[in-house]
Amino acid sequence: MIPGAFNYHCPSTVADAVALLSSLGDEARPLGGGHSLIPMMKLRLATPEHLIDLHCIASLKGIRQEADRLVIGAMTTQHELLASPEVSAAFPILKETALLIADPQVRYRGTLGGNVVNGDPGNDMPALMMTLGASYRLEGPDGARDVAASDFYQGAYFTALEPGELLTAITIPFAASGHGYAYEKLKRKVGDYATAAAAVMLTMANGKVESCSIGLTNLSDTPLLAEAAADAVIGTGLDDDTLKKASERAQEIMSPAADARGPVEYRKHVGGIMVMRALKRAAARAA
Amino acid sequence: MAKTHVTMTVNGAEVEGLVEPRTLLIHFIRENLQLTGAHIGCETTHCGACTVDIDGMSVKICTMFAVQANGSAITTIEGIANADGTLSALQEGFRQMHGLQCGFCTPGMIVRAHRLLQENPSPTEEEIRFGIAGNLCRCTGYQNIVKAIQYASAKINGVEFREAAE
Repeated sequence: MIPGAFNYHCPSTVADAVALLSSLGDEARPLGGGHSLIPMMKLRLATPEHLIDLHCIASLKGIRQEADRLVIGAMTTQHELLASPEVSAAFPILKETALLIADPQVRYRGTLGGNVVNGDPGNDMPALMMTLGASYRLEGPDGARDVAASDFYQGAYFTALEPGELLTAITIPFAASGHGYAYEKLKRKVGDYATAAAAVMLTMANGKVESCSIGLTNLSDTPLLAEAAADAVIGTGLDDDTLKKASERAQEIMSPAADARGPVEYRKHVGGIMVMRALKRAAARAA
Repeated sequence: MAKTHVTMTVNGAEVEGLVEPRTLLIHFIRENLQLTGAHIGCETTHCGACTVDIDGMSVKICTMFAVQANGSAITTIEGIANADGTLSALQEGFRQMHGLQCGFCTPGMIVRAHRLLQENPSPTEEEIRFGIAGNLCRCTGYQNIVKAIQYASAKINGVEFREAAE
């Protein structure tokens, strides 16, 4: 399993990386942690002629607070997310999700940017970013733009990223204090992609759900926001009937692939269960 | 394809070499440096047999190019023993607790456990199991690997190792 030959570049600024991506065109790929791309290259399913390693760009690393949001550099690893006091304090759901991705070694290398940008429907962070209302900073030859995570995903491995553009940061607006959260992921074994997973962020007031957002992982070609399901729980105390209704509304938008993780019916069934479990656990955590 | 010059520190020694960009770090270490302790198992980032420590991180180096390690400090299983050549606490633990049978996964297990204990010198059994979740063993059922790491943890902390009751 030897990858095809390629030229290696390690530019030290975003501008240089964007210039390389633009001039080299389709034959160039950015390299983040490499834990999606390198396995594909070893199988020769990806044969880029140029790899643009982003590790030499210091500005792509790090987590910082900006007014009412957290800005996370695209090359921040899952391990760094787990070690970050800012992340633990503001977004415990990010930590809960990162812990369910792959295994310790992969988390030392795998980046948040890589996880959200390559459009793999099995990745966990995209649905979470949609649930959190995050946006992606894309820098290209014509400048920078911000795209909402909920507008970014178009199909399996198809995204709003234009040729020559690079994801440089992920911006997440701070959630209400006292919010409840849960990421429920059913997987066959440690390290696996989700058979089905659901992210829930909610706030409660006087025992009733005040606001709610629900995201779904690996239950369609793209991550999904289950808006009708979230609407169904607003104003309720999450009784069993409401949970069932939310689960059914979420199932209406699921269209998972039938694969080694199970047939369509099964994955929709467990997808509904993930939604119910995440809602219950999130509500129990809400202040 | 033009070769690139790389330098890195491996087990405390400066090394250098000329590599194609596509040369995987596991191949560079095993073939160019002749350090064959890190093994090639699954080649798909699952099994962890190729794990080495790079700049304080456990990495499966079948999924990293040698050029990406340029300038890094690497520790392989060959660099784990104590400076005087005696077995490290982890190596001793694996020996005393029968933490291996065929031994194929052992270099990766020990290098991974080394980093785990650096980050958390007194892990619970659950933390140990979670911490070595990226390393597969097909012989032991993990029980004795966990004990070996507990043995090393106790020794590092200067306390007596006591096996949990079955």
